[in-house]
Amino acid sequence: MQERQERKMTNEQIISNLPYQKPFLFVDELTEVSEKGITGTYTFQKNEFFYAGHFKENPITPGVILTETMAQIGLVCLGILLLKDEISIVSKPQIALTSNVIDFYLPVLPNEKVTVISEREYFRFNKLKCKVKMINSDNELVCRGTISGMVIVK
Amino acid sequence: MTKEEIISKLTTLVKPYVQNEEGFKNMNEDTDFINDLEINSANLVDIILDVEDEFKVEIDNDSMEKMLSVKATVLVIQEKMNA
Repeated sequence: MQERQERKMTNEQIISNLPYQKPFLFVDELTEVSEKGITGTYTFQKNEFFYAGHFKENPITPGVILTETMAQIGLVCLGILLLKDEISIVSKPQIALTSNVIDFYLPVLPNEKVTVISEREYFRFNKLKCKVKMINSDNELVCRGTISGMVIVK
Repeated sequence: MTKEEIISKLTTLVKPYVQNEEGFKNMNEDTDFINDLEINSANLVDIILDVEDEFKVEIDNDSMEKMLSVKATVLVIQEKMNA
């Protein structure tokens, strides 16, 4: 009888499998993790590289970086969890973002901690689509939308 | 459902994802979704999900991998509808 191996993956292992590193890693911690959805946080340090230019003498986190943060926590971390049985030292997860529709409500300033909450809409034929929102430390909505990507292990 | 009816419904489903309008104008049985219509892999998944809703069928991974052309897709839909 063939035994199917169900592997467990800790939140730290999910983060260590991310294909990003500083200065483009926007995940500090995952706080709630299941196959249906994921919640994680990131604190924007005041020396992040993009504050030097966005904007001149008025540092505000760019919308594309907020989108990237939502994608890294909400889509890529969840994708890694869903594909955990296929990931190994030689087989790494690869991600291609394929679409996103995001509305923005509030700015995020240096030193702010944000929480990303993602709910899986579907994961089929390697396409993962999620409803994702970001809230600040006052529980106010920063941005929300849907993000999709193709997630494969190669 | 006849083959023509399936192709007609499929044409409507495919339209929003087409990059190559010329290929879409000439869409026929031999049309390949990726080469002729330049549909990307994520949108190909959307088409498969739309096919499931439209034709009330369930597409598995093996069938999905075959559904790269109009002809192959019609065959899969017919097979699933008659199952």
